[in-house]
Amino acid sequence: MQTKYLAKIFVTLRPSVLDPAGVAVQSGLQQMGYDHVENVRIGKYIELTITSTEESKARQDMDRICDQMLANPVIENYRFELIEVETQTGVF
Amino acid sequence: MKFGVVVFPGSNCDRDVAYVTRDLLGQPTRMVWHQDTDIDDLDAIVIPGGFSYGDYLRCGAIARFSPVMQQVVAHAQKGKLVLGICNGFQVLTEAGLLPGILTRNRDLHFICDRVPLTVENQSSPWMQSYTRGEMITLPIAHGEGRFYADQRTLAEIEGNGQVVLRYAGENPNGSLNNIAGISNRQGNVVGMMPHPERASDPMLGGDDGLRLFQGLLEKVAALT
Repeated sequence: MQTKYLAKIFVTLRPSVLDPAGVAVQSGLQQMGYDHVENVRIGKYIELTITSTEESKARQDMDRICDQMLANPVIENYRFELIEVETQTGVF
Repeated sequence: MKFGVVVFPGSNCDRDVAYVTRDLLGQPTRMVWHQDTDIDDLDAIVIPGGFSYGDYLRCGAIARFSPVMQQVVAHAQKGKLVLGICNGFQVLTEAGLLPGILTRNRDLHFICDRVPLTVENQSSPWMQSYTRGEMITLPIAHGEGRFYADQRTLAEIEGNGQVVLRYAGENPNGSLNNIAGISNRQGNVVGMMPHPERASDPMLGGDDGLRLFQGLLEKVAALT
């Protein structure tokens, strides 16, 4: 039985890495008067669908995909959510 | 000696490199499409600047999975010569051939300029014709050139003498320790943000970059 999952992936800079885009947005917000906004960090959001027989297998694949290509562990952290979107039994 | 210049979709400094090695230095040079997997005939391979795969995701992150990159890694592991310029440097760090990573410039600007650099180490075959401590001028053109590595890696790079070039004037992009170029431990793999190929024909206002390629030829000539 194959299940299709929607993966929602969040890639963020590690806290120790300077985020110049975040700093620029924060100073823009402060110019608008939002003095109480702090620590703006800009990351990436990626969606994809993945088909797998088991959720654990899909999670393993997602870990590898994130680690190998979507995030660079030198500067970035990642996390993802899996949402079941469709199940196919193979019997129609 | 035979040069190869890798061409990714989006490479745009590939012909400039070939002009230097083929036309200015008279060496056989072959353009290597990113899907090619046979590069055994090459002595030195250059990953040129440009915007491989549109520079989406992280610069160099997608290019490293091109079929040719496995061969480039094997080529480097055999001790053969690899040079990455600008986006090519980014590709080499993503591929793990060089430590660290290149991130967005500190001031978020794309910088196109000529900058003074200090030669930090000339023991790599690529740096032969320079002398340690020498000041040279090379063009830079990048939006993501800020070298970053964690503290331990940075200490290792510095301790092993792997920094080959440092920005000598104002740090243009916020690179850690003003790093503009590094090598691997063996010295056969070098990556740099400045463009030596754009400072090779005196007609363009400088030839400090040509010496990088000339030094390599002298080194090889001395060995044979």
